[in-house]
Amino acid sequence: MSHEALISALYVFALAAFLGYLVISRVPPLLHTPLMSATNAISGISLVGSIVTAGSGHDTVSTVLGFVAVVCASTNVVGGFVITDRMLRMFKRKPTTDLKK
Amino acid sequence: MQTYFIELSYLLASILFILGLKGLSHPETAKRGMHLAEFGMLMAIIGTLLHHEIVTYVWIIAGLAIGSVVGLAMGFWVPMTAMPQRTALSHAFGAFAAALVGVAEYLKGAGHLDTITMSALGFEVMLGSLTTTGSLLAFAKLQGMVRGTPMTYKGQNVFNMLLLAVTIGIFIYLIVNPGSMPLFFTMAGLAFVFGLLLVMPIGSADMPVVMSLLNSYAGLASAATGFVLSNKVLIIAGTLDGFSGFILSILMCRAMNRSMTNVLFGAFGSAATAEAGSEQQGSMREVGLEDIATQLAYANKVVFVPGYGLATAQAQHAVRELADVLEKRGVTVKYGIHPVAGRMPGHMNVLLAEANVPYSSLYELEQINPEFPTTDVSVVIGANDVVNPDARDNPASPIAGMPILEVDRSKSVVVLKRGQGRGFSGLENPLFFKPVTGMLYGDAKDTLTRLVQAVQHA
Repeated sequence: MSHEALISALYVFALAAFLGYLVISRVPPLLHTPLMSATNAISGISLVGSIVTAGSGHDTVSTVLGFVAVVCASTNVVGGFVITDRMLRMFKRKPTTDLKK
Repeated sequence: MQTYFIELSYLLASILFILGLKGLSHPETAKRGMHLAEFGMLMAIIGTLLHHEIVTYVWIIAGLAIGSVVGLAMGFWVPMTAMPQRTALSHAFGAFAAALVGVAEYLKGAGHLDTITMSALGFEVMLGSLTTTGSLLAFAKLQGMVRGTPMTYKGQNVFNMLLLAVTIGIFIYLIVNPGSMPLFFTMAGLAFVFGLLLVMPIGSADMPVVMSLLNSYAGLASAATGFVLSNKVLIIAGTLDGFSGFILSILMCRAMNRSMTNVLFGAFGSAATAEAGSEQQGSMREVGLEDIATQLAYANKVVFVPGYGLATAQAQHAVRELADVLEKRGVTVKYGIHPVAGRMPGHMNVLLAEANVPYSSLYELEQINPEFPTTDVSVVIGANDVVNPDARDNPASPIAGMPILEVDRSKSVVVLKRGQGRGFSGLENPLFFKPVTGMLYGDAKDTLTRLVQAVQHA
């Protein structure tokens, strides 16, 4: 990695950290569990690195490592998003079976 | 052209991820936000498949297929009560993937890695490895496969620090001499061991902090992968995850009035800390189910305070039934949720939402505490430390200063408890000995169901 690339990567890191702080401190405690599973699914983006490792055919070891990484990361992506959706669907303002009045 | 398309798909994904998390600031916008993030993820994956380095798709497709099937199965079938375990497992998966990619990159570079890449790679492999084993142990503790109490031995902290120092020492050596493959794998191995040692002394009651912290490490491992691969979307997503976990762990520590160091190295809830609790005089007053049913039926306001016991008893639907019956009689029902109730941040909210409790009835600590003096009956369900008045009244208590739900200020308190034993922290709870408090022993779900019937006949 060149020094230039490092600096630009550090910029991205610093700005993402700042942005992350601002965005995430607005998430109410009510949604902290969905937040955790959502960020987990999102960081499953490491899948893109695993995909290249698994498919570049460099050597057998790398391919196997990449393959296992693809399995792990895609489990997180799919499982994380499905479960977050499932949780968020449960949060309702008023109960559906409320028969008051 | 191809490269531009890939980079643009990553940029789009980054923007959509941030918008997705922004949506989580309110339950109404959260679902839409998540769909944006999902779309972003799909775009990034499609973009990646066009990468010029890819020569064979066999392993990619096989991996994606297996991962998707496992992910779908987990996503649809894991019960809400098991959410902490599932999350711990997914931290392990994410971190393991990062560690594996790191090892593969190391093997590919084989000795001629420059200083910057090697530093990032070292971080990636170290964080990835220790998070993998740490999360697996957390999973085992949450699943009940391993005892939830802290495991301690003499000189534990010194030994852990020593091991960490050696690991970091090797890491620094590797930055200068990246070629030493045996040392590289020693570092990874030590990091795996360190992950276990880090979680071993941490008790069940401190799990919310550990979960958040492991979340943070898993994210940072992904971000480090981004540095190694010079991939911006990885840096952004990993950093968002890392900081989310970090913020949550700080919030959890604050909700217990403890420092991170104390949580990580204090072995809280072991025999040593339990002795420091105040000795209680008097006895607990056991009350009859019928009496409580009458109290509840003729109350104006009832506040439910759930804890981890609600999850273990799977009693969330029973609470909701009781609340329904009470509301039909004109009783105002609210729920007081402590930030560290349960085993992960927001655990109780999700359980109650699953039982169709509207989120407008769920109140945070600061909102509900002023309401207790006007509350007729507070019903504590499987919660202990979060309602322990010692935290407020006894400066010598190990949990002194921890913000609590002040149920003891309400006119009457009913504690639903499995047995007479102490809570996970091992502390005596003076609330149980107060004159306003009545104890109702038994399985929470069973007790609540019988209360529903009793209230209906009241």
